Amino acid sequence: MLSEEQVRHIAKLARITLTDAEVKKFSGQLSGILDYMDILNEIDTKNVEPTLQVTGLKNVTRADEVKEFGDSDGLLGCSSLEIKNNQIKVKSVIK
Amino acid sequence: MDLSFLTIKEAHELLKAKKFSAKELVNAYFEKIKKMNSALNAYVLVCEKEAISAAENADKKLASDGDGILTGIPYALKDIFNTKGIRTTCCSKILENFVPPYDATVVSKLKGAGTILLGKTNMDEFACGGSNEHSCFGPVKNPWDLSRVSGGSSGGSAAAIAADLCVFALGTDTGGSIREPASFCGCVGLKVTYGRVSRSGVTAFASSWDTIGAFAKTVEDSAIVLQTIAGCDEKDSTTPDKPVPDYLNNIDAGVRGLKIGVPKEYFGEGIDAGVREVVMNGIKEYEKMGAKIVEVSLPMTKYAVAAYYIATPAELSANLARFDSIRFGHKPEREGKDLIDYYFNARGEGFGDEIKRRIMIGAYVLSAGYYDAYYKKAQKVRTLIIKDFEEAFKKVDIMIVPVAPFPAWKIGEKLNDPISMYLADALTIPINAAGVPAMSVPAGFVEGDGGKDLPVGMQLIGPQFSEDLLFQVGHAYQKVTDWHRKRPNV
Repeated sequence: MLSEEQVRHIAKLARITLTDAEVKKFSGQLSGILDYMDILNEIDTKNVEPTLQVTGLKNVTRADEVKEFGDSDGLLGCSSLEIKNNQIKVKSVIK
Repeated sequence: MDLSFLTIKEAHELLKAKKFSAKELVNAYFEKIKKMNSALNAYVLVCEKEAISAAENADKKLASDGDGILTGIPYALKDIFNTKGIRTTCCSKILENFVPPYDATVVSKLKGAGTILLGKTNMDEFACGGSNEHSCFGPVKNPWDLSRVSGGSSGGSAAAIAADLCVFALGTDTGGSIREPASFCGCVGLKVTYGRVSRSGVTAFASSWDTIGAFAKTVEDSAIVLQTIAGCDEKDSTTPDKPVPDYLNNIDAGVRGLKIGVPKEYFGEGIDAGVREVVMNGIKEYEKMGAKIVEVSLPMTKYAVAAYYIATPAELSANLARFDSIRFGHKPEREGKDLIDYYFNARGEGFGDEIKRRIMIGAYVLSAGYYDAYYKKAQKVRTLIIKDFEEAFKKVDIMIVPVAPFPAWKIGEKLNDPISMYLADALTIPINAAGVPAMSVPAGFVEGDGGKDLPVGMQLIGPQFSEDLLFQVGHAYQKVTDWHRKRPNV
């Protein structure tokens, strides 16, 4: 069972503000979901390797070359914040 | 102009014979969309201006014989594919104003082939859901019964095909998001082998599971679309440098002598009796055509949903970490006092319930002390699911199973019960776990309330990179049945 305190902690890790009503609702729902996961404990996986990639590709690399995207105004235009000297102005990080 | 059951092949022939121009065809679709979309909510954006200018170009190409089979063919895109200059929201409030400065690789490929984009279709937010109810634009209605869900997450694309509001459409499939809505709406839905189609420019949900595929009216059309979008892309390192075969080459080869596997775990408890009967009838049809039916077993089937709902939320939470509303995305109403406050508010306001649930599950199973018990365990179970499929494909060429355990349910019915919603994907998730291709093919109907017909799809599953075989087997069925030609009375 996930307590409301745990839900607040996870939401903090995930950088999401939750209302009190949401905390209450999610505490019940997330507990149900995590309980359901217990079914996996029926399986012995001691000598099983985890799967990270299904088609067998490994360490796909490319040349470390800079390629110009060519439309910096288009990219900056995606931001809803103020643009100054080709940079996005954000709120303060350090006081 | 009769748009009912207009396929790529047919539209191409009519365009070539000058029965209508691409511009007339596109205008006919917009007229129909205007008439029907308010009832279905399949499209969240139509791009009339861009489409008409693309149609004029297509008409020039058609006149000069510089055309291919997709020239002038109107299609729809799930709103998760980036389209240059055209709003792309993932049906999330956090992206409500996002206009991408570039096209996804598949969109460029389709543009190059002369297709015409009609608009962007509705979906569950960030492709998370099996009913299309988790969309900031509201649910998609099933064209066969407007009180029921379309399926999800690519519900808008499926409904648009079923109601003939486009010729073909694209969707994404991470745990069933193409096949399940295709089954619920009665169209052909293809989930490709992991890596067969580039995902560059398509917003990531769970990167080791996500695939891109087509919705079409026939298996043959599905093959035509895949021919254009498949292949290696340097912008997506999960696409192997493996040649793309000619998907129409063997499509008429039939199924005589082919071994079709029927895994018993997909026909047992929890499967609606009507759905089971429809799929068994489909299998009998193959037996009549000379295929050999072989019982097989996939014993890990019942564990796939749990493994999926650990692994994919984990990947989702990592992928959605980039949504901070700085470089792109919705500006929160309360900006807060500093940068961290801004993040919290932007994400709290911008994400819907299902996304919050899944991000939190993901953050939890990846957090200190839980990683081994949940995330690593799920990845090990995934290995065992893959082994299941490898064993089965030693005995058979292909498998046939239901797509979903039941037909489309009533809108709202499962909305506050996440687990029961998740179980709708019980028969599609194992396929994504194994990275193999599968296709939903309309195979009949079950009766809903008020005598309404509800479509049921059967799912053809092949080994990795056997899409050509899926087309061959699916096409053989469509030559002797006409389930795929039935149209809803919207």
